[in-house]
Amino acid sequence: MPGKLKVKIVAGRHLPVMDRASDLTDAFVEVKFGNTTFKTDVYLKSLNPQWNSEWFKFEVDDEDLQDEPLQITVLDHDTYSANDAIGKVYIDIDPLLYSEAATVISGWFPIYDTIHGIRGEINVVVKVDLFNDLNRFRQSSCGVKFFCTTSIPKCYRAVIIHGFVEELVVNEDPEYQWIDRIRTPRASNEARQRLISLMSGELQRKIGLKVLEMRGNAVVGYLQCFDLEGESGLVVRAIGTACTLDKLSSPAAFLPACNSPSKEMKEIPFNEDPNPNTHSSGPSTPLKNQTYSFSPSKSYSRQSSSSDTDLSLTPKTGMGSGSAGKEGGPFKALLRQQTQSALEQRGGSPHRFCRRREFPFFTLTAFPPGFLVHVGGVVSARSVKLLDRIHNPAFVGIMGNTRSYKLLDWNSFNSDEPETRDAWWAEIRQEIKSHAKALGCHAVVGYSESTSICEEVCILSASGTAAVLNPRFLQDGTVEGCLEQRLEENLSTRCGFCHIPYDELNMPFPAHLTYCYNCRKQKVPDVLFTTIDLPTDATVIGKGCLIQARLCRLKKKAQAEANATAISNLLPFMEYEVHTQLMNKLKLKGMNALFGLRIQITVGENMLMGLASATGVYLAALPTPGGIQIAGKTPNDGSYEQHISHMQKKINDTIAKNKELYEINPPEISEEIIGSPIPEPRQRSRLLRSQSESSDEVTELDLSHGKKDAFVLEIDDTDAMEDVHSLLTDVPPPSGFYSCNTEIMPGINNWTSEIQMFTSVRVIRLSSLNLTNQALNKNFNDLCENLLKSLYFKLRSMIPCCLCHVNFTVSLPEDELIQVTVTAVAITFDKNQALQTTKTPVEKSLQRASTDNEELLQFPLELCSDSLPSHPFPPVKEHLESASSNSGIPAAQRATSVDYSSFADRCSSWIELIKLKAQTIRRGSIKTTVTVEKASPVGDGNFRNRSAPPCANSTVGVVKMTPLSFIPGAKITKYLGIINMFFIRETTSLREEGGVSGFLHAFIAEVFAMVRAHVAALGGNAVVSYIMKQCVFMENPNKNQAQCLINVSGDAVVFVRESDLEVVSSQQPTTNCQSSCTEGEVTT
Amino acid sequence: MTSELDIFVGNTTLIDEDVYRLWLDGYSVTDAVALRVRSGILEQTGATAAVLQSDTMDHYRTFHMLERLLHAPPKLLHQLIFQIPPSRQALLIERYYAFDEAFVREVLGKKLSKGTKKDLDDISTKTGITLKSCRRQFDNFKRVFKVVEEMRGSLVDNIQQHFLLSDRLARDYAAIVFFANNRFETGKKKLQYLSFGDFAFCAELMIQNWTLGAVGEAPIDLDSQMDDMDMDLDKEFLQDLKELKVLVADKDLLDLHKSLVCTALRGKLGVFSEMEANFKNLSRGLVNVAAKLTHNKDVRDLFVDLVEKFVEPCRSDHWPLSDVRFFLNQYSASVHSLDGFRHQALWDRYMGTLRGCLLRLYHD
Repeated sequence: MPGKLKVKIVAGRHLPVMDRASDLTDAFVEVKFGNTTFKTDVYLKSLNPQWNSEWFKFEVDDEDLQDEPLQITVLDHDTYSANDAIGKVYIDIDPLLYSEAATVISGWFPIYDTIHGIRGEINVVVKVDLFNDLNRFRQSSCGVKFFCTTSIPKCYRAVIIHGFVEELVVNEDPEYQWIDRIRTPRASNEARQRLISLMSGELQRKIGLKVLEMRGNAVVGYLQCFDLEGESGLVVRAIGTACTLDKLSSPAAFLPACNSPSKEMKEIPFNEDPNPNTHSSGPSTPLKNQTYSFSPSKSYSRQSSSSDTDLSLTPKTGMGSGSAGKEGGPFKALLRQQTQSALEQRGGSPHRFCRRREFPFFTLTAFPPGFLVHVGGVVSARSVKLLDRIHNPAFVGIMGNTRSYKLLDWNSFNSDEPETRDAWWAEIRQEIKSHAKALGCHAVVGYSESTSICEEVCILSASGTAAVLNPRFLQDGTVEGCLEQRLEENLSTRCGFCHIPYDELNMPFPAHLTYCYNCRKQKVPDVLFTTIDLPTDATVIGKGCLIQARLCRLKKKAQAEANATAISNLLPFMEYEVHTQLMNKLKLKGMNALFGLRIQITVGENMLMGLASATGVYLAALPTPGGIQIAGKTPNDGSYEQHISHMQKKINDTIAKNKELYEINPPEISEEIIGSPIPEPRQRSRLLRSQSESSDEVTELDLSHGKKDAFVLEIDDTDAMEDVHSLLTDVPPPSGFYSCNTEIMPGINNWTSEIQMFTSVRVIRLSSLNLTNQALNKNFNDLCENLLKSLYFKLRSMIPCCLCHVNFTVSLPEDELIQVTVTAVAITFDKNQALQTTKTPVEKSLQRASTDNEELLQFPLELCSDSLPSHPFPPVKEHLESASSNSGIPAAQRATSVDYSSFADRCSSWIELIKLKAQTIRRGSIKTTVTVEKASPVGDGNFRNRSAPPCANSTVGVVKMTPLSFIPGAKITKYLGIINMFFIRETTSLREEGGVSGFLHAFIAEVFAMVRAHVAALGGNAVVSYIMKQCVFMENPNKNQAQCLINVSGDAVVFVRESDLEVVSSQQPTTNCQSSCTEGEVTT
Repeated sequence: MTSELDIFVGNTTLIDEDVYRLWLDGYSVTDAVALRVRSGILEQTGATAAVLQSDTMDHYRTFHMLERLLHAPPKLLHQLIFQIPPSRQALLIERYYAFDEAFVREVLGKKLSKGTKKDLDDISTKTGITLKSCRRQFDNFKRVFKVVEEMRGSLVDNIQQHFLLSDRLARDYAAIVFFANNRFETGKKKLQYLSFGDFAFCAELMIQNWTLGAVGEAPIDLDSQMDDMDMDLDKEFLQDLKELKVLVADKDLLDLHKSLVCTALRGKLGVFSEMEANFKNLSRGLVNVAAKLTHNKDVRDLFVDLVEKFVEPCRSDHWPLSDVRFFLNQYSASVHSLDGFRHQALWDRYMGTLRGCLLRLYHD
């Protein structure tokens, strides 16, 4: 009996009129937890009842506390007939279960009904008394903190980052049960909401258990998703990164952080082969290597370029052993080995969970200083599956039972069954892991998983960025001194994150390497693709921008296996084209790296959609990108030639314009750089673009002749022409606007405090007549572009501002419908300062330091004096350095070319019934340098009293919402717990509610309101890392019906404006230290 | 390619003041888009007409959802669905309850009933205000009326408390409610020259001086107190006004009053002779208006009477406003010197307000 839950129902307001005769309501409340239900008295004839109930006490296991939501139902008493339900409130009491978070939930909650929406509000107070339970067989995991934030939360310090945790639970979907035919839509919706709430609770508890098993105390980057598989059931799955976090609650904690070795590093260059041209004459430099395995057995022998995809789990010390003597190879190998062993050590114990640690994956996208050593590039895998009913006899008969749904952990029941959801994911993860290995990396960061389901076909996707990590964070104190020493040396170069991690003599794919433009010592690729955020200390020239690749492919309607086969056939072509588009657009912007890359492939009845979003930047350490060169197919035709040259001119103009727009002015390197960014046309070899789907047209191209100095587009048919046109139709945002899909915009650092989070949804209906791929592409492209234009127009009052964390989601709800959902946040910034800071990165870092929530604001002087010496290589200086030392690079090396050859033969090689299709995309590499910024948060104790909702004027406290992990101009002082909510809304009077737009608009507004109300009740004033994970909309206008499911999550926090903080700290400079020390003891 | 669904929802609800105004003015989405295009917004922002259409639709939908809350403004403050900064909330409310001068003149003093609502078509045609906007304004009047009708206490305070209006707007509504309650006739042709401001001014004076609330301490006896303090004229006071009749009925008193006024004003008035000639008619008019106020019918015609009996005669003789002021001041003050007249307080309560009203009503 380890917990007592206490609930008090205080009052209601704005209730709907339930009795037409009196225009009033006789309301009472049922409070239910588990199997126990309490009722309040009936408050007669009022729309604003004051129940002021006693404390309802539930004595429950902490296991139940974690799984079950508190369910509050408001009803209208009716003497003669059944009581009418007004609506419900589900309260997740999880935040009350860990000591540092909220202590009480108290506030006004919207009363929600799945048919009518919000109907008034109810004031509730909830408390939990937890008793200590020392039972070591316990099933609960109270105390493990969960964060949606994909970086180390602002007021914590990572002691150890343990690694990947995942879990999934499955159940039947109540909507598809036989009973659904006889119950009301409301009952069905509520059953679903409750079931998912229960499943999420259980999932979270189980993940918590795994974390405790690993001796961690928190999950960071927690991502939970639902797969609505329809007939075959409901899957709730989650991934995250287990960590041991230390709360930074006193200035004392700040000091060790300061003294961490990362700060004291000096630049000690490696002894290197001084000959830069040894390897540069090798074959061309494909940026991507796609591998498709078409049978579960994974015949990796077919992969020509990546010979190293050995699946054995023994640590491999890098691939090209022959080159180990050069180029820092021994160090890299050593590092890899150690990381690997660190990762596998913990998995080595003969434990039930050891299987999971096979996967050295991290869902984080931003890292503590020094964590990320090398980055190898994007790895991704996709698999097409046929959904089958999840067969398990244990399901039968339990659904009606009130002590409810025994949720099944599929792993424990059917771990041998090959076709379970868990096995599917394991397969994909294995694939990802092997791809990472091929890139010379033993870890994957920025890892995420997603699904797309249409009827009985499901595409599972996983992607991440292969990386080499610093074992210091993975393993506590077991690192040998010498290695650490070397590690620090390596980290001290700020450009280090661009250096390739794999061995260049035995590269996993042909890549075009040059010496780093910054340090001149290590090799870098010409283009980098990654799924992570831009490392904070990366040197970027100019600003970044949102880059999207959009693609549609028609497919024949088919059933089951035939359908899966068709999809599998299309996938490689989609991937190929998406990447071509991304690359072209990146070149067009004059940039050389992509961050936050997210490729979404959506499957519909008769088409496949691909949408890739990323933030392009110009990394100072990478070579200047070559231009785009257009080559005609029939070069002798005069008018054609003219046309081509016209296009070429347009492209060149666009590149020049973009460089100006994004302020990309890389330092002039030397006189040896020949001419314009567009090199002369004759010397380059050509990239053949395959426009047809028949694979035999695509043959291996020998691209190894001559020097590649430009990216060539060959226009061989009208399709290609269209593509080139579409390249040029992307309109840049209006002046004063920037956009990116990463946390912050590279090149802008002086955010002001105004933020506006929004969700925008569009659905278009395609005219079904003679749809072609081109028409489809154009429609889709227009849809996305118009949507962006609308956003810019709507937010024009915020100029200058930046749309951050722009997150597009595409779904295909019906045959001819395309739905695009966008969630992003607009943040204003100070234009004048922005201009300055791009010129003076030192200042920029300082500014960043001051906006960073982790900084010690009470000691501004110390901060400055500390951080100045800790930037020994300010980027300005680096520019100069690189400028002066870059003279040895021949112009040819700046160019890019692409080899898509190897995928072609693989495309034709799929053999049997497609059960698995996966592929990898590898792209460039990234490495990290040391972050000189110190993680030096203050305890939040000092400011706890100031955490009350800031708006005194209004009766409703303002709650900010943002998809970012921080709030500009403010300091997060406390994390109150995870918000994870699932709502269903249904209507049978669609027209009366303003049609589909009115219906969905109201619903999304209601969802926001419910999230805000829950945060406010926890005592918070903001949600960070907010994400709308699902927005499934279905309509039936003929029946005047519509239904929508929305799933959102985020971290509830308390933040304090920095201006307020300064007041506090200046008022009580001496008492701060003491009070926060004691506070720290209390809370930790 | 047709857009099936197109929405934008911000955590902070976006309010575009220009679109709000178009919506309040009752324009359809199509008309509003056309008007916005004409305003040159496309050139300023580089947006397309489609973007404008989508934006306008979005705002209209938001306003439509907000309208329910605007009917009870305190709900707007307490609701959780739309996060709107307080200054914006105030703007939404204030603009929603704002009305057109032309419209209010048409319905001022009319019963706020379904019958009147049916006439809104005509009013719309006559004033050029869209029917939708007319309906909103009419419904606002009616809603405020219904809410404060049964309430005790200061009319302006009640309105402010329940509708969160600015002081200025709350006073206007008080006048509208007061006029609607007392059904003052304002539509006659000879009253057409008067603005809403003129009537609102008079209403305020009358509320301050002629209603039950004006007596000061409200009667404590709650049960017997059926009249609304600020909305209904003080019946007792109206009864008492009959006593003033002696001022014109008693010939000596009337002569004495006239000589007092004439003595005081001789040489100071440009229109002295006209005044002297008309004194008895004017005085009779003003006192008779007072004496008749016991009948509801005559209360309704108060403004018609005042204009007929006082404003028009003076105007036909081309009295300047300053002379009217001199005359009215002297006319009311001189009564204090009439020894035989015992109702000085009653006279002051009546004439004080009437003087203010007449001065306001006296213009072209």
